[in-house]
Amino acid sequence: MTAPFDVAVVGAGVMGCSTALFLARGGMSVVLLDRGEICREASGVNAGTLTMQMTRAALIPYALRAHEMWLTMPAWCAGGDVLATACPGLSVAFTQGEVAMLEERARIRRAAGAPIELIDGRAAQRVEPGLAEGVKLAAHCPIDGFTSAYLTGRAFRPALLEAGVALMEHTPVRGVHGRFALDMPGGTVRAKRLVLAGGAWLQDMAAWLGVDLPIKVLVNQLVVTERMAPVMRTVLGVASGLLSLKQYANGSVLIGGGWQGIGDRARGGVAVRPESFLGNVRLAAHTVPALREARVLRSWLGLEAETADALPAIGPIPGIDDAWIIGSVHSGYTSGPYMGRILAQAVLGEAPEQPLFPIDRLLRAGSNAA
Amino acid sequence: VLGGGPAGMAAAAHAASHGARTVLMEESPLPGGQVYRAPPAGFVMPPDIDRRAGDALRATLEASGAEVRTGCRVWGLGGGPLVPQGQDAGPFTLSALGANGVPFAVTARALVLCTGTHERIIPFPGWTLPGVIGLAAATILLKAQGVLPGRRVVVAGVGPLLYAVAAKVLAGGGSVAAVVDAASTAEWLRALPALASRPDLLAQGAAWRAKLVGARVPVLPGASVTAAEGEDVLAGVRVGGRAFEADALCIGHGLVPATEASRTYRARHEHRPRDGGWVPVLDARQRTTVPFLYAAGDGAGVRGAAAAPASGRVAARAALHDLGLAPEAPEAPGDAAPARALRAGAAMAGMMALRPAMVAAIPPDTIICRCEGVTRAAIDAAAADGAATLNQLKHFTRCGMGPCQGRMCGEAAGALLAAARGVPVAEVGFATARIPLRPVPLEAILGTFDYADIPVPAPAPI
Repeated sequence: MTAPFDVAVVGAGVMGCSTALFLARGGMSVVLLDRGEICREASGVNAGTLTMQMTRAALIPYALRAHEMWLTMPAWCAGGDVLATACPGLSVAFTQGEVAMLEERARIRRAAGAPIELIDGRAAQRVEPGLAEGVKLAAHCPIDGFTSAYLTGRAFRPALLEAGVALMEHTPVRGVHGRFALDMPGGTVRAKRLVLAGGAWLQDMAAWLGVDLPIKVLVNQLVVTERMAPVMRTVLGVASGLLSLKQYANGSVLIGGGWQGIGDRARGGVAVRPESFLGNVRLAAHTVPALREARVLRSWLGLEAETADALPAIGPIPGIDDAWIIGSVHSGYTSGPYMGRILAQAVLGEAPEQPLFPIDRLLRAGSNAA
Repeated sequence: VLGGGPAGMAAAAHAASHGARTVLMEESPLPGGQVYRAPPAGFVMPPDIDRRAGDALRATLEASGAEVRTGCRVWGLGGGPLVPQGQDAGPFTLSALGANGVPFAVTARALVLCTGTHERIIPFPGWTLPGVIGLAAATILLKAQGVLPGRRVVVAGVGPLLYAVAAKVLAGGGSVAAVVDAASTAEWLRALPALASRPDLLAQGAAWRAKLVGARVPVLPGASVTAAEGEDVLAGVRVGGRAFEADALCIGHGLVPATEASRTYRARHEHRPRDGGWVPVLDARQRTTVPFLYAAGDGAGVRGAAAAPASGRVAARAALHDLGLAPEAPEAPGDAAPARALRAGAAMAGMMALRPAMVAAIPPDTIICRCEGVTRAAIDAAAADGAATLNQLKHFTRCGMGPCQGRMCGEAAGALLAAARGVPVAEVGFATARIPLRPVPLEAILGTFDYADIPVPAPAPI
């Protein structure tokens, strides 16, 4: 029998890739497994938004550091590139209700460290000439931006291989025995430590260890237009957070915001919900009127994990030595590479730069770990 | 019924005349499909054998009482199996833009997909130059509108359309510089017994060939275009060591079933190269693996226009039965006749199957995905970087992310990726299908709305 790996990371999304990379660079032998392909679920199909204005306040310190990581990715990821682009971000209010929401949310996020200032509609149009009339108030954050998320897998891959990570795609883990034998078709992989990084499928993975961790699945819809002449130059949202808009260098405009489609853990993303599609594009066209000229090219879906309190699950798995979990980070792509780095620090026995998010608070009674 | 070619016309006519409330949705201004296409309003074209067959199907359709929505772009598909977990499947919903640009939706308890094919073009240097068009596009120009694709034309690729297009160019007063047929003389000879079951086709083919011989058109069997050349527009066509001056190149390498709709509905598909590529898995009555969803005609596997109406009627009968509108009937005697059409169609489909050698010969700097400018070298590099499936290739290179959503490049890209990995084409899979089926203008679907009425969900917690 071959020697066990120091650590097995299950799930090759942005959390798993980042954790695996920094563990390997920290000197561990690492195997990274995915039932599908690297960063082909939420990490490859999300809107690529690097915004503070949709990030939960508690995650702002993490997102700020991750923003820096994304913008400098080629430097720390062996040249891997997601075409990260920095630009200002605006969150706008069209109604009195949204003004109140925006004021409150900007204040809380500013207190958490995001450099957000409130400006009026005229000033917002100077930042974003594509913005519609009728904006009563806007929250302006100079630190914002976006990536081409579909490049994430290709960007991580060479760095992982260069760091010596054994990357096993198309390798579904079916269960875990002892500490730790990972059961998969065609054999077993053994490792001294285990990191679960399965995104929307974390609940199923925790169950391998007898841990009852309820995870809700969000089925986020995205819509992209054909290429068009420049209509905007910021990352744009509305106060509720239910819109994210950006235009890429090739001219296509990505319309998101977390409108819900049809899907589940068993079937993945099943279908775009027509009423969500219409609501989302109406919100977009109301905010940037020039989008009325666009042609919609494609829509798609990505599965996002959410814990009971909508805060992350990052830390040791209680009651099971050397087992760790990472995921369920709201706007998780934005914070992803940094979250992986700090979990790797903890697994390596170092003090993480920022506090983790232990999951004891989330476990149901009767759980193995209780 | 989605798609108004011969399969769709027959399916809709049968369903409507047997008591089902039926609507046929068709993108073109008139039903007919590619082979039986009717001329646009205001055009007068002398009727030929195809026109007469099409007119007969159109007459039956009109008499059936089926509602026919032509000129409409179906962009949205929902319902059926596309429901939340635990819910029963619902009726199918189709969102469309009408001929007048006004959006409308249709719901139906059963859906028959008769979506036909799109043309396969295996890329070669210069294939994106203006002046290079598909054989199917040339057929539309020639047959429906009496327009020549060029004054001096090279016709190239594979299949019977080659000779049809060349003969029609000559008949229209153009000259044909060469016919470049990827199939060898031996392949045609092997196909003859199957074609002999359709004496009408054989006679038509012989007439086309005679026309070419009479006009001293060079026919190059077992040959392929190696480059289309010209500064900003096509000036010449190179075939190995030979060069032909030309202002148009009509080229096509077979037909690929259009499966966007059946893929969107998550029906099971299988890769059958001799049927054109990926096709929905069907039972003997044209049922897909999704209840109340049927596929017929070339979109269910290429067999040609003559065989299509019968498969459309079989699908309609299955739907009528499944809906409880008719007892399960044994095959009607009328549907035995197409056995001959099926045999000839299968022989031609086999000849038009993807040719791996042609894919292997694509030079590295040739563009494969013209929407996104992705070259063969970029695809090979992505494969070397670990792209294993067509979906992953898309992420690695943007191949297939543009306006055509992989309809033009998907076949070649899949074959290149499979070759680079040393696996069968089936193993690289197909791209996930999502709505819209066709690019759709936002203005047309937005409608008039008040901002306050947009049903914005509750915001995430702060």
